[in-house]
Formats: sequence, structure tokens, C-alpha cells
Amino acid sequence: MSYRNDPYDPKQVALLDPAALAEAVTTAEAAFAAAANPDELTALRPAHLGDRAPASLARREIGALPPAAKADAGKRVNEARRSIESAYAARAQVLEREQAERMLVEERVDVTLPSDRRPVGARHPVSTLMEQITDFFVGMGYEVAEGPEVELEWTNFDALNILPDHPARGLMDTFHVAPEHSGTVLRTHTSPVQARTMLTRTPPIYVICPGRVYRTDELDATHAPVFHQVEGLVVDRGITMAHLRGTLDHFARAMFGPEARTRFRPHYFPFTEPSAEFDVWFPEHRKGAQWVEWGGCGMVNPRVLRACGIDPAVYSGFAFGMGIDRTVMFRHGVGDMRDLVEGDVRFTRAFGYGA
Amino acid sequence: MRVSVSWLREYVDLPAHLTPADLEQSLVGLGLEVESVVDLAGTVTGPLVVGEVREIEELTGFKKPIRFCRVDVGDANGTGELQEIVCGARNFAVGDRVVVILPGGVLPGDFAIGARRTYGRNSKGMICSAKELGLGDDHGGIIVLPDSSPAKPGDDARPVVGLDDVVVEVELTPDRGYQMSVRGIARELSHAFGVPFRDPGLASAPAGTESPAYPVEVRDPVGCDRFAARMVRGVNPAAPSPAWMVQRLTTAGIRSLSLPVDITNYVMLELGQPMHAFDADRITGSLVVRRAVAGEQLTTLDGVARTLVAEDMVICDAGLPNPAPAAGADAGVPISLAAVMGGESSEVVAETSNVLFEAAHWDPVMVGRTARRHRLFSAAAKRWERGVDPALPLVAIDRAVQLLVEHGGGAAGAEILDIDHVSSPTPVVMPADLPARRVGVAYSPDRVAALLTEVGCTVVTGPDRLAADPGEVGVAAGGAVSFRVTPPSWRPDLTDPADLVEEVVRLDGYDRVPAVLPVAPAGRGLTWQQRRQRAVARMLADQGYVEVLSAPFVAVELANQLGLPADDARRRAVRLANPLSEEEPALRTTLLGPLLGVLRRNLGRGQRDLALYEIGTVFHSRAEVGTPPAMGVEHRPSDAEFAAADAVLPEQPRHVAVVLAGEVEPGGWWGEGRPAGWADAVAAARMVLTAAGIPEDRVAVRAVERAPWHPGRCASLVVDGVAVGYAGELHPAVIAELELPRRTAAMELDLDAVPAAPVRQAPVISSFPPALIDVALVVDADVPVAEVQGALVAGAGALLESVRLFDVYAGEQLGAGRRSLAYKLTFRAPDRTLTVEEAVAARDAAVACVAERFGATLRGV
Repeated sequence: MSYRNDPYDPKQVALLDPAALAEAVTTAEAAFAAAANPDELTALRPAHLGDRAPASLARREIGALPPAAKADAGKRVNEARRSIESAYAARAQVLEREQAERMLVEERVDVTLPSDRRPVGARHPVSTLMEQITDFFVGMGYEVAEGPEVELEWTNFDALNILPDHPARGLMDTFHVAPEHSGTVLRTHTSPVQARTMLTRTPPIYVICPGRVYRTDELDATHAPVFHQVEGLVVDRGITMAHLRGTLDHFARAMFGPEARTRFRPHYFPFTEPSAEFDVWFPEHRKGAQWVEWGGCGMVNPRVLRACGIDPAVYSGFAFGMGIDRTVMFRHGVGDMRDLVEGDVRFTRAFGYGA
Repeated sequence: MRVSVSWLREYVDLPAHLTPADLEQSLVGLGLEVESVVDLAGTVTGPLVVGEVREIEELTGFKKPIRFCRVDVGDANGTGELQEIVCGARNFAVGDRVVVILPGGVLPGDFAIGARRTYGRNSKGMICSAKELGLGDDHGGIIVLPDSSPAKPGDDARPVVGLDDVVVEVELTPDRGYQMSVRGIARELSHAFGVPFRDPGLASAPAGTESPAYPVEVRDPVGCDRFAARMVRGVNPAAPSPAWMVQRLTTAGIRSLSLPVDITNYVMLELGQPMHAFDADRITGSLVVRRAVAGEQLTTLDGVARTLVAEDMVICDAGLPNPAPAAGADAGVPISLAAVMGGESSEVVAETSNVLFEAAHWDPVMVGRTARRHRLFSAAAKRWERGVDPALPLVAIDRAVQLLVEHGGGAAGAEILDIDHVSSPTPVVMPADLPARRVGVAYSPDRVAALLTEVGCTVVTGPDRLAADPGEVGVAAGGAVSFRVTPPSWRPDLTDPADLVEEVVRLDGYDRVPAVLPVAPAGRGLTWQQRRQRAVARMLADQGYVEVLSAPFVAVELANQLGLPADDARRRAVRLANPLSEEEPALRTTLLGPLLGVLRRNLGRGQRDLALYEIGTVFHSRAEVGTPPAMGVEHRPSDAEFAAADAVLPEQPRHVAVVLAGEVEPGGWWGEGRPAGWADAVAAARMVLTAAGIPEDRVAVRAVERAPWHPGRCASLVVDGVAVGYAGELHPAVIAELELPRRTAAMELDLDAVPAAPVRQAPVISSFPPALIDVALVVDADVPVAEVQGALVAGAGALLESVRLFDVYAGEQLGAGRRSLAYKLTFRAPDRTLTVEEAVAARDAAVACVAERFGATLRGV
């Protein structure tokens, strides 16, 4: 291979020979194609694009050419080098994509492996329900009132018109604090909080009183010596039994769905007159829609208002209360009261800690 | 109380076809506590017949005596032959008529009767007791029909024993004593069905006579405001009680004893008037009704010798000399615990022929106290406590006398004793519109008057005197008419206008009360303490703790088990006078006792890794407690009185506690689990304070020694210099004593002692780059890390953004008793990029401060 009027030693410019350049390109392309991964490809770079690569050496030979031939030769060398570069880039792109894909396959894990690295805690269902009930009434403008669990007999009984010799006092199954006649008891209901509220606030009073109460009942499937109640009290001008009914119906719907409603049965409580027990129509009861005994209620007895310093000639009020534990039992299908008391984590965890 | 509908129908014209469900609904609607309404016709199926016992063969050689009987059941068995039946009861003889269920019959409880071989004989059927037939609780023997019964062998036994009837069982309510009788229930049913009622309590009865039926002296007319008596002489002691009476008593759960006693019980059930029958020949002198003298003795009918107190009322036989001078002249000896239970010495016995019936009226408060004191809640006591109609005694006496004369022969004495100090019921004045205003139903005054009249009140319309003095009844009249309402004698519970309001709404129907939602004034939401408790509870659940609501009852021994020092405040427990268990008579002073009990229960049920928490009240008895001042209920106690009363109550702070055992993070495919330890308890305590909104820089953790924790592994949590709780690993001795897993950890904080969260001020966030420098400081191992860190922070100055301990190292090259603490310090300025020189200077200052305070040296980093 030679050019016309070759004034130079063809050996010195052998690499500039078009055929040699084409050969370099072909060789490089073949080598790149044979590279199996980006690392192999990278290893090929010096041989085909490095300083000692044929295309690079060819460029150096341009200096040996006569000026007239230089432009032409330079063009050829550049073309060849561009071809190799682009072959390299194209191959690199393919190999990198392949490698990325392979990595995604290789890094696959079993995402169904257990992920319970942190144990799950739980709220007690009685606490959760108590907060739900509280929130409902707070949403209506009520405030939450609290009182001591070891309570004065006066607030637990006398102020609520449960006088010392009334049979109702005996029915309360009261824990008395030693010594006998200490005048203090474990509160048998949340109603003393009513008395405390009326003693310390002036009407209008709209309060809800959730809390722990105590009765001398042995623990069995349906009784516990310690349980929870929530009590509502409203004292305002012109309060009627219809207001009580409306409040409880509204509450029942919030707790048990739009179909729920209440039913009143006459009953006796010393601190309310008239008094009623109320049932709730519970559409989603485990054993089918039915009436469930829910709590007690009534119009605050004027004697209670008077003992607490509220003028019954001006104000009237209603009060209602229900057992939280019992409500949890029928709402969530708990069959045995002991499950609520014993603290077995298997039971409590089933309720989680969501709202 | 259980009564049959057939008895009720004697006084109220109930609809002919009345289903048990309708009956129950109507009673519930009027406020009676209905236990059950049972149609007895459906309770026993198959052949239940009258049989006459012809032969009895005593079988021996078994654990108990057994009888093999041949019983004439007429043609009921299809053959007319004697029926062979094995029977374990012994209260019958040849010739007695009994109730037999033949093979194919089914008794209550799905008890199917067949022919079977037992005690070596073929038994084809069963001779029944009242209990087996579901007629009562009496299982003392089989039913033997009284001679007066006309039933013949082979007759259907159902009508004979009352199994064609409907039985209503109602529970006592605390206020309505009148409902505890056929009279009272029939009255309520007349309201429910709007049907006529013939009041047996208003039957005419002869009045008291000049000369008494028996000499009686009532020395305490407060305890006993009425005492009536009448004699029946020459009664045939062998006269049996009529079958219908026995049957009704059986239904009520009362055993037939003798005709006079059965009559007193029958009249009590029918009218509600408890009575007593004395054997007049067993009383030696006149009767004295008086308070007991403390220490007097009386053996009551249940065979219990009782020591009386001065408040009990007794009926005494003045013919017997009382040795106690305190009893006074002719005080006699108690023969009956008045109103509660009679005594043995004067009770009717098999030979009694002269019977003295007594019907009195006693003070309900006295009876209630006596019954509670002697734990004698007899049927009579329960009625007295709830109120008995004081107008009844003469009616009841007359009814009893007639029954005894009719069925037992004898002659009624002409003399009738009636010592009557009963005061008439006090009228209640009520505005006519009060029921409408309290209930929210527009009852007209006419309707109110009609309903009150229906329950037996006398209603007189009066002028509006209330406007002048509303305080008289506690309600102001709305300018309308007022009613002067006199309750009937059987309604001592109707004392206030509100009581009358209840009668109006009760009879008119609770279901007629509309639903109206009242509008509350704007509320203020939860208090910060309430919000905080929720935040803490939720955080702990989120951190893997399970909430527990444990009972606060603990053993006194627990204080020792927890190793509390003798002077520890937690030993000042509140004690209960009547604990459920004598083993746990105290209330918790720390949540840990009950909470560790729950931990142990869970461990016993196979759990290993446990993290529990509780938020609850603990109770600390005050050192010098008296009793609260007496406060009445006629008016509000003064603030001072109420404060003095409240001061008697124990301190009842709200605490939060956690206990941990096993692994706090489980092992798994990712590696080993992490055992729970003291640091988790401290972390829980710190997180509680974080959830409570307390900034970290106000919290300090200090090493302390405090039971029940390990003395070297207990931290106190200090907020603003005040210890609010403790955390760490439990003392090994406590762990051994309470049988807990090794390394059980716990923390307890007094939430009430934690101050309110401040309103946080925003920090300045610098966007300049930080300078990060690590330092390792060698200090004596007993210098607490918290103090080293405090010195670092103090020395570093304002450029220090954060400091974090990332390694603790102890090794020989450091020297014994020394350790290296490696910290990452982050420096940053709010307004510029720190130069290396600035950062190094700050670091040097920090290190210098630790060096100065604790002799720390810098370890080559």
C-alpha cells in the first residue's frame, strides 16, 4: 500500500495506512463486543484507546507526513478514533445496563421474611374505650372531671342521697377503709365526682367523669372488684328528661352506629328522680342485633343539688353512667370479665393501640 | 319473690289471654325488676300423673336407704297395673298420693324419663319433688298431696301441683316495698293494662276493741308505731294447710311448716304484711315491746343464739323475770327479735292449739340496722326495710284469723288489740306543671292529677302558695296551679315533688319521652394533665409496652418482699376494713407490686419476653388522720368543712410504671435478640418525660440506691432538681423473693410530680457546615458519664451543637479503675463557617473543663 509520489519512508507511517486504521477499528470493535462486563471493557480501554493504542500511535505518525498529506491523514485518524470511542461507549452502555439488571436479580430477597424486629405494644381496651367516650363528649363541649378513688363516705353516699340507713347503701357492696368508721371508702361509683363537680363549679355544668370504681365482688366471669365507669352530668336551666334521652341517643349512635337507639326502663337510684335504666339497641352484637342493658340515668335529685349548693328552684340536671368494662365486653365480644383484669398480654395485644 | 298469675288474677282483671312476654314487658315498663316469667304448662312434657303409693319395700345394702315402691297410677300406664318405681326419698308412707312422671316424660332441664334398671330393680318412672318439677327450691323430699286434695290416681298432676300456671319472679328494688306482694304487683298490672283492681289491703276489717286480745305494752312507739294482735283458740293442731296454700308457698320458695305459720307467710305474700304467730300457751305473761338491753340473749327460729344491742327492738314475755336491772321493771325476757325473726321459745309447735297472731309496724331504719347487725336478711326484714303499709295490720290479722278458723277450726277471739301511733302521710305540694318541666312532655294538669290518683294519691288543687316560698319544696311554681298530693299509706317513698314526677312519667310511659339534644356551652377540652397522660400511654404502647390495669390490692408482706426500709414512705399503706382476701388487705403504695404480679402471671402462662406498663393511682396514708367532720345534706358544706374532710383522704398520686423481662428486642433471621436490662428501664423513664414535654436539659439521671432496685443499677430521674422517679434493674434479692426472671428491670415515676410542659422556644438552625471532632477522655471509672458530659458541654461553650458518647472502653493499658469515653462533638456557628482553629479551640476548652473537674486525660485519637 503506497501513495503516489511517496517522499517518505512508508514504514514510518504504516499505521496511517487507511487499511491499518480500518483494521484497528475492527479489532477494537471485536474486542469490545467480546467484553462480558464493564470491568472487562474498562480493561480493554488502554489497548484500543490508550496512549499505545494503534489509533494513538497513528496520530503521532502524522508529523512525518508532508504538509499536504497531513490534513487528510489527520481526518482519517480522527474518524477511526471516534469510531472506536463510540463503539466503546455503546458497549459500555450495554454492559452497564446488563450489569444493573443482573444486580437487581441477584439482590432479590424474600420480602416475606418476618419483619417483627420490634415487639408490638398495646393499649388496654378499657382505656381506649374510655378515651373514645371522653372524646365524644368533649367534642360536644363537655369537660372531664376527676376525683379520688379513696373517697369520703359523704361524697360517695350522703351527698348523693344515699343516707346511712338506706337499703341502697347496703346494696353497694362497699370496701371500707380501716379503721372501721374512718368515714372513707373506695368509691363504689364515679358519682362522687358529680358531687365534687357541683361543689366546685357553678352551672352551667357539662362534665364527663371516667374512672375506676370498687365493689366487694369476687372476681368471676361477670364480676370484678375493680372496674371502670363513665358518668355524665349536666346541670343547667330548664334541663329535662328529653335532654337526657337526646344525649344518650346521640351517644348510642356514635358508639354503635346509626341504627342504635336507647330504651328507658323505670328504676331506682337515690341520686336521681325520676330514674331509669337504659338499654341500647346494638345492631352488630355477636349474637345478632339486640337490646343490651347499658347503664343507669335520671334527673338529678333536687336533694343532691341542694347538698351540693345548687338551687333546685333555678337549676335542674341529668346524670347517666355506664360500666366501661361491660361495654367493652358486649361491644367486642369478650366472654369473660377476668380477661380484662388479669393482664394477659395475648388478650390485650389483640386490641392494638390504634384509635 | 315468685308468685303465680292465678293468684294475681284474684285481685286484678288481667286479659284472658296474656302471653308471658307481654306480662314481662308490662312489668319491666313499670320499673319492676323481673327475674323471669315462666309458663309452667310447657316445662314438663309427657305423662305426669297422680299416683297412690300401695307398697314400699326398703332396699338395704346401698350407700343410702332406697325404697322400691308400687304405685297405683290408674290407667295412666295403659295397663292399670301398679307402677314399679325406685325412689330415694323417705318422706312418704303407704296410702300417700304423690306425683309420678312416667317413661316418656321430660322434666325441666331436658331430663328425659325412661324405664331403667337401678339398685337391682326395674324402675319405670320417677316420684317427683317440687324442685324436680321446677316449682321451687324445696328438695327436702317428694311432693305428698295433702288430704284435702281431691285428686285421684291417674289424674293429670299438672293442675294439682300448679303446673298449669304462669309464675312471675320479681327482684327487690330498694325503694318500692309495696311491690313485694301480690297486692302490689296486681296494682302495677292494673296500671299497665288499664283494668280494674280490687285492693285486698283496703278490705274491711273489724277495728280494735276496748279490751285487748292479749295484754301488750309498747314502750317504744318510735321503734314500733303500731301493734295489733288477735287470738284464735282451740285450733286443731293436726289440721293440715290447704293444698292451694302449700302450692303457692312452694312457688314462692317457702316450705310448708304448720297451718298457723303457713298462714302468716301466705298473708305476707298476699298483702305484704309480715306477721308472727305465737303459741299463746308458751307465753307466761303480758308482752312488752321495747328496745333490747345490751347483752341480752335470744335464740331465734333459725337456732342461732344472738346477743342483742340496745338499738334492737324485742318482744318480751313479761312473765319471765329479767335478771338485768338495766332492763327495768317487768321488762320480761325477749321471745322475738321484732320485725326480723321470732324466737324458739314461743314458736308454734306440733301441739299448738291457741294461736296469737301479731301484725305490727316497725321503724324501717331500726329493722335495717338490726338485720345488718345480725346478718339476718329474712323475707320480713327485707320488706320492713323497704317500707310496709302501716294501714295493713288489722286487715292482715283479720285475713289470718279467717284462714285459721276456716282450715284449722277453733274460735276467733272477740277482742282485737290495736295500739296505733302511726302518723298520717305528709302531703307533698307540687306545681302542677312540674312533671312537664322536668320531663319535657306536655302533661296537662288533669293528666298529672289522674295519674297520681291512679297510684293511690289524693290530689287537691290549691292556690299557688309556692310563689311565696319556693324553698319549701325546692321548686318554684311557674305561676300555675299547685297540687297538694297526699300519698297513700303504702307509698312512704313519695316524699318529694320529684318522686311524684317519677310516678307521672312512669305511668304515662318512659317511651313517650322525646329525644332533644341540649347545647352545651363552649368547653375547654382536656386539661394538660389529661393530655399528658394520653401522650405517655400512647408512647409506651408505641414503644412495645402492653398496658395493664391491675387491681390495687396487695399483701402487707409485699413491703418486705420489695425490701423497703422500715421508715420508707411506701410502708404507709391504706388498709381496708373488709378486704376481699385477708391476704391482700392493703392498697398499693407502688405500682410495681401488682404489676410484677401480672408479669409473673404472664410468665406462668408461657410468655418469656415481656414489657408491661400501667398508669394508675397509688395510695399513701397520711401520718395523722382523724375522721372527716360530720356534714349534713340539708345544705352545702362550707369550703372549710369540705377542705377539712378532704384532708383526711390519703394522698393519691398518679404513677406510671413499666416492668421488663426476657428480650426487649427479639432474635430472628437478622441476628441475636437483645435482653432487657436496666438501660431499657431508664430509657422508658426518659421517654415518659419526653412525652410529658419536659426538655432534655431539665432532666438529670443520677445513680441512687433505692429499694426495690439493685443498689448499683438504679437511677433517679430528676426534673429541675426534684426526683420524680426511679429506674433500673431490680435487686437480686427481690427477684429471688418474688420469683422473677434474672435481670428483671423496672421503672416508676410519679406523674403528678412532673411539672407542666413549658412552651418551647424555637432554636436557631444554622445552615453553615459543622465541624466534627472526636475526643476520647480517660477518667476514673466511678465518675458518672452524665457528669463528664455535663463538663464537656459547659466547657465547649456556645459553638457546641451536639455531643454524643459513641464508645466506652476499659482496658489494662488505661490502668485499673479508669475508663475511656469517646465522644463525637459537633461544633457549628450560627453566622459563619467555623475555622479549624476555632473548632479546635472549643474542643480544647471542653476537654480542659473535664480535665479540671475530673482529672481527665486526652487519649490519642
